[in-house]
Amino acid sequence: MASIAQPHIQAPTLPKPKVEATGLWSWLTTVDHKRIAKLYGVTAFIFFLIGGLEALLLRVQLARPQNDVVDAQRYNELFTMHGTTMIFLVVMPLSVAFFNLVVPLQIGARDVAFPRLNGFSYWTFLAGAFILNIPVLFALPGVFAGMAATAWTNLLGSPVLNGLQPWLDANLPFATNVPDQGWYGYSPLTQQLFSGREIDFWALGIQVLGIASLAGAFNFIVTILNLRAPGMTMMRVPIFSWATLITSVLIIMAFPAITIALFFLTFDRLGGTHFYSAFNIVDGTLISAGGDPMLWQHLFWIFGHPEVYILILPAFGLVSEIIPVFSRKPLFGYAVMVYAIAAIAFLGFGVWVHHMFTTGLGATPTAAFSAATMLIAIPTGVKILNWTATMWGGSLSFPTAMLFVVGLVSQFVIGGLSGVMHAIVPVDTQHNDSYFVVAHFHYVLFGGSIFALLGGLYFYWPKVFGKLLDEKLGKLHFWLTFAGFNLTFFPMHFLGLAGMPRRYQTYSFESGWWFWNAISTIGALLIAASIMVFLINVQRTFASKQTVPANPWDAATLEWAIPSPPPVYNFRVVPLVTHRDQLWHDKYDQVAGGADRVADSIIEVDQLPENSPAGVALTEAQTEAGNIHLPNPSYYPLLCGIGFFFLPFGILMNNPHIQVGMFGVPILSALGFLILVTAIYGWSFEPAG
Amino acid sequence: MATAIEVVTAHGAGAASHGGDDHSDHPPPSAGVNSRKMLMWLFLASDCMFFGTLIATYMTYRNRSIELQMPPYPNEIFDIPYTSVSAFVLLMSSLTMVLALSAIKRNDHRGLRVWISATALLGAIFVGGQFFEFTTFAREGLTLSSNIFGSSFYVLTGFHGTHVTIGVIWLLTLLFVSLRGGLSSEKALDVELAGLYWHFVDIVWIVIFTLVYLVPYANPPEGGAEAAPEALIQLMTLGQRLLATLPF
Repeated sequence: MASIAQPHIQAPTLPKPKVEATGLWSWLTTVDHKRIAKLYGVTAFIFFLIGGLEALLLRVQLARPQNDVVDAQRYNELFTMHGTTMIFLVVMPLSVAFFNLVVPLQIGARDVAFPRLNGFSYWTFLAGAFILNIPVLFALPGVFAGMAATAWTNLLGSPVLNGLQPWLDANLPFATNVPDQGWYGYSPLTQQLFSGREIDFWALGIQVLGIASLAGAFNFIVTILNLRAPGMTMMRVPIFSWATLITSVLIIMAFPAITIALFFLTFDRLGGTHFYSAFNIVDGTLISAGGDPMLWQHLFWIFGHPEVYILILPAFGLVSEIIPVFSRKPLFGYAVMVYAIAAIAFLGFGVWVHHMFTTGLGATPTAAFSAATMLIAIPTGVKILNWTATMWGGSLSFPTAMLFVVGLVSQFVIGGLSGVMHAIVPVDTQHNDSYFVVAHFHYVLFGGSIFALLGGLYFYWPKVFGKLLDEKLGKLHFWLTFAGFNLTFFPMHFLGLAGMPRRYQTYSFESGWWFWNAISTIGALLIAASIMVFLINVQRTFASKQTVPANPWDAATLEWAIPSPPPVYNFRVVPLVTHRDQLWHDKYDQVAGGADRVADSIIEVDQLPENSPAGVALTEAQTEAGNIHLPNPSYYPLLCGIGFFFLPFGILMNNPHIQVGMFGVPILSALGFLILVTAIYGWSFEPAG
Repeated sequence: MATAIEVVTAHGAGAASHGGDDHSDHPPPSAGVNSRKMLMWLFLASDCMFFGTLIATYMTYRNRSIELQMPPYPNEIFDIPYTSVSAFVLLMSSLTMVLALSAIKRNDHRGLRVWISATALLGAIFVGGQFFEFTTFAREGLTLSSNIFGSSFYVLTGFHGTHVTIGVIWLLTLLFVSLRGGLSSEKALDVELAGLYWHFVDIVWIVIFTLVYLVPYANPPEGGAEAAPEALIQLMTLGQRLLATLPF
């Protein structure tokens, strides 16, 4: 693009760019938010495949009445791990991947406020994910061996493979123990009388994941409040960053409840307490223990309901970024959108009892929580209205990213409406533990969160990798997912109303549920096919030789001002923000007026001093040093993650114990603790760079 | 107590002006508060919820062992004068913490070392007192698993004791750094952050001490069902009457 001389503005000396390091060690010690975003994204996607496979097995089992692909025990394990994986290891980390990628770029920062803490979040997350999935890792071969043996026997009539599964179950550690109590782990199913070691894997795994989430949330709140580019007032902060900020506040206020709840659970299981059990068996007699299973339910849902918003608000943020771009209009009612996110988050803390309407808490609390639940429909409705109003009268185009987010808007309305139905206590009592509930939360979490995250992948792919995902395959991906999703989950409304309970391994032909179950399984296979299409698309895109300009979608926020993929330092000069939709303002409000400026040119913030009277703000330190200051890589976050892996792992595995006073400390845990303390001290005395 | 906190925050405003360590060349923090200090405040907000959950659980189970007649009961076990003394020791450590911060701001290294040692010592006395209290209780028959009172008491006070222990280790680390000459007045923020944490742990103890030790417990069933203070009973009756007027 031709540069236009504007003599009254002095272009500052641009600092020298820093070269990006490569190799495995650079990934293990990285503190770069873009790399951490990739790590989160890839890990979450792998778990998406695992969790999806678990769901597919569930659907195959339910495909016909009296099916026996997986037995009842395995079925319980599959739905437990499917739920836990999709919530904690897919939607949350995938959202965090977007936080990491987008937020610093959107607010004009070089990195997050605490880059090493960011690395710490990832490695600790990975440690928790491993702890949670160790039982699955060892059980899956047995599951598949069993299925292969059944298929082999049925098709070829020879029982050659029949011995494989028992052999695997006997010889692989933990193979018979996978968490099987459901993702919300109600007591007394989690008590020692009714379960084994697998619950400890589950509880400690989620505990470690919570530490990672808390660390990340602290980091993002400080980043958004403190690292905004000059001129970016709070009401100029892009809406996705707002969603990140409020989600992070939800995390730091909600996760303590689950952490303490799991703390109690661990004491119940390993310390002989009875926080969650009303009775205990001593010498064969049932005696009162004083605890209460309801305590777990309250603590879990005080966390669990805000968690629902932790899962959906980042998705809402992505939708609010993508719809304006493909409507060629600024977001309708920006301020109201911000208030709506805040209102949803605030109300989200006052509705947890709607998960417990059937526990008999009495008319008054039930009525109060019912009313509070209905209130949430108002800010949510405001968001739906504003997205629609953004599109209204806009110059619409529908690339894959836009298709996915419009898919969210329509499907979230369906899920939201069935949500309002559940606010009505008598209806909820009828729907409780039926497939209607399963339909509802898949419409908001798959039809909502996952659709937006997939849309986000298509939208931000060029920014991360410098290549556009193929649109033809993308549209095929979308339509397969859209059809598959609705085919899978819409019939579940009918099944639920027809009385089919959730979490049942099988059903009789006489129940009359077989037809919609068969349809639902076909839908699930379509979703599986759509993921294959996406993987092919990714592979083709990586193989293709293409380059993408800084702003392929002509979007308005700062991340699109810098090259795709962004250089390691993000912004050579920290931009000065004067407007909410900065790039559109620079391009259309100012440039379009100039005679020799091309309408479709893209203005990089680097060139702002020449193009915009606002210019750039450049700190003196940068000019003096002639070099961009970046945080040093550090291996202490990784060490912390290793410590956080061995600390619970020692408790879970059989390994020698050291006697410390009256406590026996497992040697692996002691080692983990030592690594952790060393890492924390090393970190504290390491110069931040 | 509240005065001590206000002193710290008033001093804190001065130290907040320079940027976070991780981004020395970045523009000044957009929210006007140093990033590390903001991180500490956020952590404390979150820690409030940790303690809130524990305290709520304790309050739920407060009288349950008595109702179920599962001894030992809290009124028999607690030695309120003893715990009052250790509570006083912990509260005084907030004063020495304030003096330590004030010393480093005046570049008074000797003062810093004296007061930080005093704070750590007072904290250690508190933790030692708690250890002695726990062992005495255990000898009298109250263990983690003896009844629901023991479980919720030990987990709540133990969680707090762990906080104090971490605080003591933190203070000793600062003392070590200071003795090595690494703690100048520009690094007053390092002391201030430890101070924020320390004062928070003190305030939480005021709440725990009141709710766990001071508020009276129900008498065991044979001695009559209710022994709550008159004001509490009145408040609850009022609440019940209000609820009764609701149309559901």
